[in-house]
Amino acid sequence: MKILVCISQVPDTTTKIAFSDNNTTFSSAGVTYIINPYDEWYALVRALELKETGVATDVHLVTVGKADAEPVIRKALALGGDEAIRIDIESNDTYLVAAQIAEYAKTVGYDLVLCGKESIDYNNGAVGAMVAELLDMNYLGFAAKIDIAGTTATVKREIEGGEETDSCALPLVISCQKGVAEARIPNMRGIMAARTKPLKVVAPAAIDALSTIVSYEMPPAKSGVKMISAENMDELVALLHTEAKVI
Amino acid sequence: MSVIVLVEHSQGVFKKKSLEAIQYAANIAKSMGTTVTAVATGNVGNSEMQALGQYGAQKVLHTTDTRLDNFNSRAYTKVMLAAAQKESAKVIVGLHDTVGKAVSPRVAARLKAGLVAGAVSYPDLSKGFVVKKNAFAGKAFAFVNITSDVKVITLMPNTFPVVKGEGSAAVENLDVTFEDKDFSIQVVEVSKASGSVPLSEAELVVSGGRGMKGPENWGVLEDLAKELGAATACSRPVADSHWRPHNEHVGQTGGTIRPNLYIAAGISGAIQHLAGVNGSKTIVVINKDPEAPFFKAADYGVLGDVMEVLPRLTEAVKKFKAAHS
Ligand SMILES: Cc1cc2nc3c(=O)[nH]c(=O)nc-3n(C[C@H](O)[C@H](O)[C@H](O)COP(=O)(O)OP(=O)(O)OC[C@H]3O[C@@H](n4cnc5c(N)ncnc54)[C@H](O)[C@@H]3O)c2cc1C
Ligand SMILES: Nc1ncnc2c1ncn2[C@@H]1O[C@H](COP(=O)(O)O)[C@@H](O)[C@H]1O
Repeated sequence: MKILVCISQVPDTTTKIAFSDNNTTFSSAGVTYIINPYDEWYALVRALELKETGVATDVHLVTVGKADAEPVIRKALALGGDEAIRIDIESNDTYLVAAQIAEYAKTVGYDLVLCGKESIDYNNGAVGAMVAELLDMNYLGFAAKIDIAGTTATVKREIEGGEETDSCALPLVISCQKGVAEARIPNMRGIMAARTKPLKVVAPAAIDALSTIVSYEMPPAKSGVKMISAENMDELVALLHTEAKVI
Repeated sequence: MSVIVLVEHSQGVFKKKSLEAIQYAANIAKSMGTTVTAVATGNVGNSEMQALGQYGAQKVLHTTDTRLDNFNSRAYTKVMLAAAQKESAKVIVGLHDTVGKAVSPRVAARLKAGLVAGAVSYPDLSKGFVVKKNAFAGKAFAFVNITSDVKVITLMPNTFPVVKGEGSAAVENLDVTFEDKDFSIQVVEVSKASGSVPLSEAELVVSGGRGMKGPENWGVLEDLAKELGAATACSRPVADSHWRPHNEHVGQTGGTIRPNLYIAAGISGAIQHLAGVNGSKTIVVINKDPEAPFFKAADYGVLGDVMEVLPRLTEAVKKFKAAHS
C-alpha cells in the first residue's frame, strides 16, 4: 500500500504577522517556517506508523512550492518517509495546489492520501477534498483516528456536534487532526538518513490559478479592556445587554 | 445565471447558519441582478422549504434520495453539480463548516471554479470578485479575487445577523443521477455530544482553562452556561488532561469559533488559544492575574477567582432574566 502525505509550509505559530507594500505582501522577514502542524503531528506520523506496522509499503511526501519550501520538506523527511516530491510552483491558489498534487498522484497511484485538516496560514481546509474530487476518490475530513485492515479504512472523525466512525474501501483521501497520532521529535538518525533520501523536484503541470490574494488587513485593534469589579457582576450583565448587545 | 446555496437541516428544521447563508447568497444575487436557489436534501417539509423565501431564496431544489441522509461529500457534490447545471450557477455558496468544507472544494475542483474558504464579507464586484476571508488563525484577513467564471464561497457561520423578511420560495424536485460508488462509505457508529448547544453554532460560549483547577469545579461554569443558554468550551491543556471532552477544545489545534459572546474563565490567553476564539464579537475574561495576556484581547475583564466570580455572574444573569421576562 502506497501513502502520499501532503506537507505544507507555514509561518511558525508565534509569528508576528505583518504586511508590506501597502498591505499587499506578507512580510516574510524574520519569519520562521515550520511544517504545518496538522500535516506533521498527525498525517505524517500516522503514515509512518502504518509503515512501521507493515500496513504501508511506501510513504511519499509531497509539497507544492518553490525552492524556499525545501528546508521544511527535508525536516519532514527527517521524521521518516521514503522519498519527497516538491512540485516546483508558487502555491498561492487552492485549486492550483490540489490539481498539482492530483496530477502527480495519478502518475504513481496511491492507495491513501493524507493531509492536514487545514493549513494554519490561510485556514482553507480545502486541498484534501479537492484532491479527492480530482482523483475521483472518497474523502473523509477531520479524522481523529485511522485504522487500516487489508484494503479497508476505518476512520473516526468529527462531524457536526459529535463523532462518526466510517468504514470505506481504499483508495481514499483523509484530512487529519488531533487524535490521529502523537507528535514525534526527529532524532539524529532520522536527520542523517534524510540527507540521503531522494527529494525529487517535479516540473508543474500546466494549470492556471483561479484566485489571487490582492491585499491583507489587520483586524481592528480592541479599544481596550473595560475592567469590572468582581463584586459587581450586575454591571457586567448590564453592559453585555446595553453596550455589547450580546444578551 | 444564478446563485445557488447548499442548506442544512436538522430533523426537518433548517439551521440558523443555513438561513444566514441564504441571506448572504441573496444579497450577492441582488448585486449581480440575479436570483437565489437553495438546494436541500432529505426529509424536510414543503412549508419549511417555502419559508426559505423569507430569507431571500426564490426557489428551492429538493432531492430526496434517502441515501443522502448520511452525509458524504461525493454524493453531495453530485447534488450541487446537478443544481449548478440546472440553474446555470455563477456563484455557489456553502458554509465553512464540516459539511461545506467537504463539499464546496469538490464542487469547485469539478467546475474549475476559484474558491474562497471562510469568507467574512460580501464580494466586492467593483474590483472583480474580491472576498475578505480569515487568515493566519484570526490574526489577519486576506482579500482574495476569484478570477474564474464560476465562483465558490464558503461563508464563516455567524458573520452576519439573520433578518427574517417576507416571501415564499417555489419548491421544485431535483433529479440527480448517482452511481453506487457515491455511497460506498459505510457509517459504523455515530455519537452526538450530549451538550444542548453544539459549540460550532453557539452564539454564547463559556470556556474554562487550567485556572479552573480540576474537572470537579466545572459545575459553576456549567451553571452559568445553562443560565445563558450557552455552549461550553475549554483550553487545550484542559482537554489533554481529560477534564473535558476533546470536542470542547478550541484554539489553533482545536475548533475555531466566533460566537457573539465568549467568556473565558481561568484561561491565560496564549496566542494558540486566541487563534480559535478571537473572531468572537465580545470577549469577557475572568482571571486572577492582572498580567494575564487574555486581558489585552478582551472587551470586558474581571480580576478575581473563577470560583467566586462565576457563581456571582450566574446570579446576576438570573436576576437580569427575571427582570426582562
Ligand atoms: C503548536 C501549539 C498549538 C497549541 N494549540 C492550542 C489550542 O488549540 N488551544 C489552546 O487552548 N492551547 C493551545 N496550545 C497551548 C497554549 O500555548 C497554552 O499553553 C494553553 O492555551 C494554556 O491553557 P490555559 O490558559 O488553560 O492554562 P494556563 O496557561 O496554565 O493558564 C491558566 C490561567 O488561569 C489563571 N488562574 C489560575 N487560577 C485561577 C483562579 N482561581 N481564578 C481565576 N484565574 C485563575 C492563571 O492566572 C492563568 O492565566 C498550543 C500550543 C502549541 C505550542
Ligand atoms: N502547498 C502545499 N503542498 C502540499 N500540500 C499542501 C499544500 N497546501 C496545503 N496542503 C495540504 O492540504 C491541507 C489543507 O490545506 P489548506 O486547504 O490550504 O488549508 C494541508 O494540511 C496540507 O496537508
